[in-house]
This record gives sequence, C-alpha cells and structure tokens, in this order.
Amino acid sequence: MVKFEIHDLNIWFGSVHAVKEVNVEIQSNEILSIIGPSNSGKTTFLRTLNRLNDLNTSYKMTGAVELERENICGIDIEILRRKVGMVFALPLPLPLSVFDNVAYGLRMQGERRKKRLEEKVEEVLQRAYLWEEVKDRLSESAFKLSGGQQQRLCIARTLAVEPDVVLFDEPCSGLDPISTAKVEEAMLKLKQKYTIVLVTNNVKQAARVGDRTAFFLNGELIETNGTDKIFTAPDDKRTNDYIIGKFG
Amino acid sequence: MKRPHRTQKIAFLFLFLATLLIIVPVGLIVVVIIWKGLPAINWQFLSDIPRQGMRAGGIFPAIIGTIYLVTGAIVFALPIGLLSAIYLSEYSNDNLLTRLIKLSIVNLAGVPSVVYGLFGLALFVVFFKFGASILSGSLTLGIMILPIIITASREALESVPYSFREVSLSLGASKWQTIRHIVLPNAIPGILTGTILGLGRAAGETAPILFTVAAFYLPQLPKSIFDQAMALPYHLYVISTQVPNVDEKIRYGTAFVLLTLVLFMNLVAIIIRYKFRKKKKW
Repeated sequence: MVKFEIHDLNIWFGSVHAVKEVNVEIQSNEILSIIGPSNSGKTTFLRTLNRLNDLNTSYKMTGAVELERENICGIDIEILRRKVGMVFALPLPLPLSVFDNVAYGLRMQGERRKKRLEEKVEEVLQRAYLWEEVKDRLSESAFKLSGGQQQRLCIARTLAVEPDVVLFDEPCSGLDPISTAKVEEAMLKLKQKYTIVLVTNNVKQAARVGDRTAFFLNGELIETNGTDKIFTAPDDKRTNDYIIGKFG
Repeated sequence: MKRPHRTQKIAFLFLFLATLLIIVPVGLIVVVIIWKGLPAINWQFLSDIPRQGMRAGGIFPAIIGTIYLVTGAIVFALPIGLLSAIYLSEYSNDNLLTRLIKLSIVNLAGVPSVVYGLFGLALFVVFFKFGASILSGSLTLGIMILPIIITASREALESVPYSFREVSLSLGASKWQTIRHIVLPNAIPGILTGTILGLGRAAGETAPILFTVAAFYLPQLPKSIFDQAMALPYHLYVISTQVPNVDEKIRYGTAFVLLTLVLFMNLVAIIIRYKFRKKKKW
C-alpha cells in the first residue's frame, strides 16, 4: 500500500531553490532511506512530510504531498503531526522528567488517566528498547540520561502518539557505534508496525537498514531504487560516485 | 612571549579600574545611608504617622502608600506586559510594523519618568476623572514599567531554545499548548526577574506620582483606591526640600527604608533567578 505520494514537489526558502521537482512514493511498512551530501535537500524534504517547514516564514512549496491519498495541506496540522512523527538529529528531550517526556504527546491530546499513561509509557519504552534501563528512573530529568538513551527516549516519545509514519532525521549523527546499533535495531523492529523514512549521512547505515534508498543531490532526487540495487548496480553514475566515495 | 603578557596585564588593570569606578560610588551611597539612617530606625519610626509637621513621628503612611502603589502597578502591568510579550515573540510576524512596535517599546523604557507623570496627569487624573488617587498613580507607574516587563519577558521567551518548540509541535501539540506547557514554564524566571526589577523602579520613582497621587501630608491611611496617599520617594523629597529643620536622622532614615525596600525586591529577583537556574535542565 502506498503511504505517501509526492508529485512535482518544489521548495524554496526565499530565493534558494532547495528541492526540485521531486516525485516519489513511500510504501507502508518499508524503511526508505534518503542519502546524499549535505545541503542536498534531504532534511528539507523530510520536514515537508509533517509540515514542520511551515514554521519558516520564507518557506514556499509547490506540488502535492498526499498521505493516504489526502493532500497534507488539507489535514488539520495537529492531526497530521500525530500521524507523521519525527525523531530529530540530536537527542532533544524536553526539559521534563523521563516519564513526562514520553507522556507529553498523549497529554496534549487530553489524556488525563494516570493508569492509561503509565501503561502507554511502559509499552513504548519497551518498543524503543529503553524500558529496562530507565524503569527506575522515570521521575528523573531526561537530561540525566546518556546521549544514546536520550535518543531512544525521543523515539519512544514519538511512538507514544501512535503515528503511522516515523521520520528519522539523521538520528545517529551524535551517537557512538553501540548506541547507533541499538537505534538501528529499534528501527528494524518498528518497520513491522510503522512506515519509516530515514535521512542519513551514513551510507553504510542506509545499506544496513533501508528497504529502498533514495539519492538526493543539489535538491534533485537522482534515483530511488531497492537498497541492494543502489549499492550494487545503481542506474545513475552520480549515485555510484557518491556511494563509492568520490564526493560528498 | 613577554610583551603580550604585559599588554594583557595593562588591559586587565584598566578593566579593573573601570569596574572599581562603578562599584565605589554605589558602595559609598549605601554605606552613608546605612550609617546615617540606621540610628533613626525603630518601631515607632516604622509604625507611627508623621508628627509635628513631619519633624517627628514615623513614616508609616508613606510605606503603606508605596506598597499600595507598587501592588497596583504590578496588577496592571504584569498581565498586559506578559500577554503582549507572548504576542510579540510567539505570534506576530516579523514585518515593518511589528519591528516598529518593538523599537518603540524599547525606546519607551528610556522616556524620562516626569513625562510619564505628565501623561498620567492628563489621561487618568483629568480625562478619566480618577483624580489624584492611588488608581491614577498605580496606572501611571504601571505604564512606566510596562516596557521593562515586556522587554524582559520577550527576552525570556526567546531564550527558550527553538528546538523545544519544534519537538512539541512535532508531537502534535498546538501552538498554544506549546507556549503554555513548554515555553512559559521555562521563561518564568526571566519574566519574574524583569517584573521585580520593574517593581523596584516603580517603588523608587518620584516624578510619576508627583501629579497623580502623592499627598504632601496625610496623617491617615487611604481608605480606597480613589484616595490620595503618601509615598516614600515623594515624602523624602518633601522633608528634604520643602519642610525646614527636619532632623537629618529622619531624612536618612526614610532614605534607608526606601533603599531597603528596593534592594529587598532586587534580592528576591536574584534568589528566584538562582533557584530556577539551579533547576534549569538544559
């Protein structure tokens, strides 16, 4: 099933043409990794999917982004963001306790029942492979956790609002290899339930976890293909050059 | 390697001297006022009305008057100031009009206080017919400290990292929920500090209350907000310049009480900031 359909997407910030004529489909329950050098429009593309770019006043877009055949500009923005969750590049806990961080999204939806919140917090912390490490520290400040734990906390927090799609924006860029492995493990497991779009600067990470891989260069989507194909016999020479490390 | 070291030493010396130049006069003022004013302080001085043409007795009505005025000013200025700060920093677009508004607010903080007094006289005392009253004086002081509160609150709101807002919004919270649950709680120390500094200013100003509320001599306490009241800064002015032969002790005693009041408020601001900073989590 197709989750996202993107037609002729163009994005400008002021006079900078950041994303050019992108057409792509994102399937349910797949991990689509997006690779490409810095400034190639990967993150901008990702932030279009939950309309986080709207916060930028110089942002302008043309084209259509459809979530389950519905244009995302027609969906109530709070509903859209609950359906399309996001994990940011740096671990960004809110200045609250571990528990309150995870419960934040649900509370904002009006959930007050303590029992329900407790169940949900435990459930998603387990899904993010963090429960065992923090079950005795739920009332501590989230800033006391280690970087890797914080990032898994952010994943749990995103899962708590029950999204359909989870966007990962270079989620491991600040993490050591062991924490990275844990986050990747969590992502692979999450695929069963969610659709995942992963922006990464780490080509090897794309090869490890992505079902399909898209290559962005200077705002253009050069190629989208199965990950195996991209890494063995890409259609475009530029993709090959990037992957073997000729630039970027 | 020796010369840069010497230049640095000379630079440090100048920086230190400049700092000293600021600290010494402030220290001297405080020391002189404590030294001359402290002997006047006793229970009668704080709790009695002025007697014998203000040459004896206490300053109780002036203390109470100042407390009323400051309370009134804050009741009026804090909500309006905070709300407009939230609007300016969170909701308004950055365009010529809002930039002009922000610039005007910053400039308003620099308007001489006597101008506020005149404005209060024209608007509240005469036009709205509140007369010379606690209400008029509070509103005038409130307007005077509005720019301080707005500027401090805006800075406090804007110092909350932008990423917190993004995270909150990305979890499906509305803009107002984000402000209410994430931005405001983390901005409170800055807002309170600005408010209390504004209060200190309101407590110490003479000019804005001169035409709008202050009574030369009023032996009883005000009964409603439409009454005139005595106030510490104006009382100090009166006994220093308008009434002959007032004992130096009483004048410095009054100054001491006023200074203590203002310093106490600043101290509260510092403690609040310190407490919140210790709790600060990022």
